[in-house]
Amino acid sequence: MGTGNINQHISQQFNEELEAIRHKVLAMGGLVEEQIENATVALVSSDVERAEGVISRDYKVNAYEVAIDEESIQILARRQPAAGDLRLIVAVIKTITDLERMGDQAEKVARMAIHLADMERPKNQYSELEHLSDQVRKMLRGALDAFARMDAEAAAAVAREDLKVDAEYDAIMRQMITFMMEDPRNVRRTLDTMWSARALERIGDHARNICEYVIYLVKGKDVRHISLDELSKEAIKD
Amino acid sequence: MSESNRATGTASDAAAATTPTHAIKIEALSRGRNTLQMKDETPCLQVQNLNLFYGEKQALHGIDMVIPKQRVTAYIGPSGCGKSTLLRCINRMNDLVDGVRIEGQILLDDQDIYDKSVNVADLRRRVGMVFQKPNPFPKSIYENVAYGLRLQGVKDRRTMDEVVENALKSAALWDEVKDRLHDSAFGLSGGQQQRLVIARAIAIEPEVLLLDEPASALDPISTLKIEELIYELKSKYTIVIVTHNMQQAARVSDYTAFMYMGKLIEYGDTNTVFTNPSQKQTEDYITGRYG
Repeated sequence: MGTGNINQHISQQFNEELEAIRHKVLAMGGLVEEQIENATVALVSSDVERAEGVISRDYKVNAYEVAIDEESIQILARRQPAAGDLRLIVAVIKTITDLERMGDQAEKVARMAIHLADMERPKNQYSELEHLSDQVRKMLRGALDAFARMDAEAAAAVAREDLKVDAEYDAIMRQMITFMMEDPRNVRRTLDTMWSARALERIGDHARNICEYVIYLVKGKDVRHISLDELSKEAIKD
Repeated sequence: MSESNRATGTASDAAAATTPTHAIKIEALSRGRNTLQMKDETPCLQVQNLNLFYGEKQALHGIDMVIPKQRVTAYIGPSGCGKSTLLRCINRMNDLVDGVRIEGQILLDDQDIYDKSVNVADLRRRVGMVFQKPNPFPKSIYENVAYGLRLQGVKDRRTMDEVVENALKSAALWDEVKDRLHDSAFGLSGGQQQRLVIARAIAIEPEVLLLDEPASALDPISTLKIEELIYELKSKYTIVIVTHNMQQAARVSDYTAFMYMGKLIEYGDTNTVFTNPSQKQTEDYITGRYG
């Protein structure tokens, strides 16, 4: 549908503008990924300093959102993009909202890391959170790759990963409920752990949203609010 | 705007006398929301309190604006709002119209172009113009571009070849015509003719290029080629363009001036004018609510 050729406009400047905005979205995604990783490491290793670093860097994510939004608006006003170009700009505007929310979730995890640093550590050293974080970061990276390569099929595969993340989150919930029933003194710590797990699970949902925008961008089909099977079908349609 | 930025070789007295005015004008342009970044620009043309009358009828009312060097400035506005009239003032094309009276000043590099000492032919060499309909001369492609140089008395064949080639390359036409330089210019398509006319205008190395609806008679692809050309040319020339097509103004210009009924309603950087204009009239016009 002509999305692979954003560099072929007669206007060289337009090519550059689209390329720049794409590049910025990927850079923003990279930063968010880093924030999630740092927040998780801070939580798992009780590293308060690292957690504070994550919190203080959230403004960078926000600044990316504002700057990319501004550029998108200017492209809409000045270039009147059509077809694939228009879908690219729409997908970008939606994607950065999700990325920014992911950044907020990473900040939430960092705040929990600071709370939890003062408390007794569980036997498993939060390995379940570490694993969940790995999963959602993999999803985010996959979504960004699919965006960079405009690959709808890859996006559909990444969206499917959200099922695993949800299942893992459910397992953590059950485990936490058991901990709380075993010993009420665990409740505070367990709640904080649950909030962290919840934040990570939300990151998975946002990554799935980005995958849906990629499919919209490439195939021109809105795949929100439909089943994963239908989504996958749309992604491979010619 | 520092003294060193200012172009050289103009009447220093005039410059000294008008320096404070420039500062005020440029500041005036940066009022309002989203501060205009004109501060960092070097002024090329300064229109000061310009009034123009066709007989009894006043066509331009007190126009004040600074047009920065090596930028694209676009005039937009409904038909008859005076944008072409204003453009034509910049190289004194209106002198040729009967019953025209002009008050006020237009400074080109700090020298008033309406001063008695100004040689109009020389002014038009410095300020080139391209019109709505391509108007190549009934000559070969080569001779069209070489015409201005011949008028200037250039005779050397090698210099001429070089200038013609460079001008055609700058106008993004060289590759399309290099094998038929001596064919008639009328054999070219409309879009090619328009680029040829632009090549003719830049062959004599003007400082300012005035474009009056340069793409309105062309198909969309030729239009985009002209727009891309404008973007490339601004690294060397100050470009002022009049266009009915406001999307074109949005695409090509750095600064946009909206005119209505002979008045300059709003003048600002194009991003601001097209995303957040300060005047309601501008907003109504660019959103298609005008009239």
